[in-house]
Amino acid sequence: MVRLIAAIVGLFFSGWLLVSAVLGGTAYISEPPAATAESLFHKHPKEVEFSFEGPLGKYDRAQLQRGFQVYKEVCSACHGLAQVAFRDLQQIGYSEGAVKKIAADWPNQIASIDPATGEAATRKALPTDKIAGPYPNDVAARAANNNALPPDLSLIAKARHEGPAYLYSLLSGYEAQPAELLKQFPEAKTPNGLHYNPYFATLNLAMPQPLTSDGQVTYADGNPKPTVDQMSKDVAAFLTWAAEPKLENRHRTGLGVLIFLLMATGLAFMSYKSIWADKKH
Amino acid sequence: MSFPWAKEYKPQNPVMQWLDSRLPLPRFVFNAVGAGYPVPRNLNYFWNFGVLSGAALGIQIITGIILAMHFAANGAIAFDSVEHIMRDVNSGWLLRYAHANGASMFFIVVYLHIFRGLFYGSYKAPREMVWLLGLVIFLLMMATAFMGYVLPWGQMSFWGAKVITGLFGAIPLVGEPIQTWLLGGFAPDNAALNRFFSLHYLLPFVIAGVIILHIWALHIPGSSNPTGVEVKSEQDTVPFHPYYTAKDGFGLGVFLIVFAILLFFAPNYLGHPDNYIPANPMSTPAHIVPEWYFWPFYAILRAFTVDFLFIPAKLLGVIAMFASILLLFFLPWLDNSPVRSGHYRPLFRQFFWVLCVDVLILGYCGGAPAAEPFVMISQVAAAYYFAHFLIILPIISKIEKPAPLPASITEAVLAKQA
Ligand code: HEC
Ligand code: HEM
Repeated sequence: MVRLIAAIVGLFFSGWLLVSAVLGGTAYISEPPAATAESLFHKHPKEVEFSFEGPLGKYDRAQLQRGFQVYKEVCSACHGLAQVAFRDLQQIGYSEGAVKKIAADWPNQIASIDPATGEAATRKALPTDKIAGPYPNDVAARAANNNALPPDLSLIAKARHEGPAYLYSLLSGYEAQPAELLKQFPEAKTPNGLHYNPYFATLNLAMPQPLTSDGQVTYADGNPKPTVDQMSKDVAAFLTWAAEPKLENRHRTGLGVLIFLLMATGLAFMSYKSIWADKKH
Repeated sequence: MSFPWAKEYKPQNPVMQWLDSRLPLPRFVFNAVGAGYPVPRNLNYFWNFGVLSGAALGIQIITGIILAMHFAANGAIAFDSVEHIMRDVNSGWLLRYAHANGASMFFIVVYLHIFRGLFYGSYKAPREMVWLLGLVIFLLMMATAFMGYVLPWGQMSFWGAKVITGLFGAIPLVGEPIQTWLLGGFAPDNAALNRFFSLHYLLPFVIAGVIILHIWALHIPGSSNPTGVEVKSEQDTVPFHPYYTAKDGFGLGVFLIVFAILLFFAPNYLGHPDNYIPANPMSTPAHIVPEWYFWPFYAILRAFTVDFLFIPAKLLGVIAMFASILLLFFLPWLDNSPVRSGHYRPLFRQFFWVLCVDVLILGYCGGAPAAEPFVMISQVAAAYYFAHFLIILPIISKIEKPAPLPASITEAVLAKQA
């Protein structure tokens, strides 16, 4: 009885699935999906190497500081870093005093109340504050950006596939819309207020090219040269640190744990073999 | 119950004697996983995965309880509280990555454990109850993992919760009220997050309880083995301790090595980037996908694209997805070949491997976007999945001519050694 019911249920499910597959398959073959501008012109992130890649990778402190400088001088005009506190910057090599100064000079002040009157006010940032963006709320952010929302960048490096390479490619990858694209898909012309970038999923994004010219940021020791390519790479590295500040600790702990586990497992294997030595199995 | 030659617990120490006559807990442990439990001597490494599943549950409970001390189940701050764990709590990153990847490791070993049972016919008499309780554990695990994934309140948390509770919305008439009742609102929000957290904390302990029943039921007939031939005499078995404690210790070491590589060197490899974006009810992700361990079932859900008479395709998909797991409860009665082990079932064995490939294909399609050609492929693969269990297995068990079985476990072992 069980087997009879099972066979009926099985025939129904399998049969209907095969019918659906044939219907879907013929539709797919007779009318293959048309190519779109995205399917033809979207690019995968560029190949790029970072010091933090691989199982023993470490951050390059000098690069992170350069990246922070780019963030501070360019990106912070639109993007916050709300999961990162100023004092966390000590981890990338700034002294306590330097962090105090960075916080106090930060242009985006912190909302507070006037201690005398209780009225809404703003105050200078302290090292314990999170790195605030320029807008008090999303509505203000949209109003200032053509109705697009500049996302918080704290986790952006982990919130995109191949994050670090994607950030580098996006920032250094703005270009004029290819003539070939316009010829094939005239309706896909970049709308007003958007900007063409083949690394962005939909090819057009609301962020104007933020890094436009070599030397836009002056690096403290003038070395390496602040080309658009170099600045993109540095800020991508900085944002990776912002998203994953415990990476070095994780790699170091992992190495120790693995060495321990390999030895312990080796011992466990030997005791397993010696206990079973007289038992055929 | 056990074999007549099982060693008896005889405490020497007067304290243990005193305890044994009042609360025989050490005796219970001795008989369950000590020298008092005789086990076939010929188990292969596939028999390690039960103990490893238990270890994985232990890791989830310990890391989970500590995470819960720092986590805030409130829609406004849940996401930030997880980031607080990652950045400010001492070793918080380790706990959180261990818990998230621990769930994946848990499913890896449980899937291997289940497929071991499928190949060696462990679900057959007299072990049907062991198999049924195992499936209950599997269902509870899926519920636990689903609700755990909602807790960090990222984009995939939110949209996953919406899609999965939306499945109940496909039920005619009562669907919508049930969905609203489950969520405590019209969309996932604080009410849903809080109840998911409450249940996510509870269910692992329910799982631990069902595991005790699972092992209790196992110890009535004792473990099966790769030949599928029942134990006949004392020389077919060895005491669990020290023989299998030593082997499981080695297995645990290998498990932890794989776990450590994942956790320390690729902790986000199995996760979805979108879950690092805070939940946003106004913005739907391009592709909503669950965690990898749900992909085969997700593929079956989405494989139904055509209405059948008055039954909408979506409802069919929901029924089929639940059926794909529930049918396993009937497996002991669908496959009634008297031979257990796939080693002695030439026809069954070939279809078993087809099933393995089929489930991998379903998994791949479940993770891919819901577009052709993936839909078409998952339709064919899902058709095979149902046909395998509901039609092919019953037929095989009728027509197959099994290979000759060894007379006993010991004979099989000695033949292999010669
Ligand atoms: C003039 C304001 C402005 C500046 C300056 C700016 N951005 Fe943006 N950014 C935006 C806006 C607006 C968006 C949203 C784009 C969209 O969704 O179409 C955005 C989006 C992004 C994204 C997300 C892209 C995606 O995949 O969704 C990243 C990453 C980013 N910006 C990085 C940066 C970095 C790094 C800098 C500094 C080098 C920077 N931005 C400077 C306005 C700005
Ligand atoms: C059957 C065992 C368990 C499984 C399969 C499981 C699975 C999961 C999963 C998949 C997540 C989401 C991970 C992420 O992406 O962040 C999670 C989160 C969480 N779990 Fe569990 N879990 C289990 C047991 C427990 C237990 C016993 C507790 C403690 C009460 C617990 C507490 C938590 C907490 C607080 C979170 C949110 C923090 C976070 O997202 O990392 N879990 N769980």
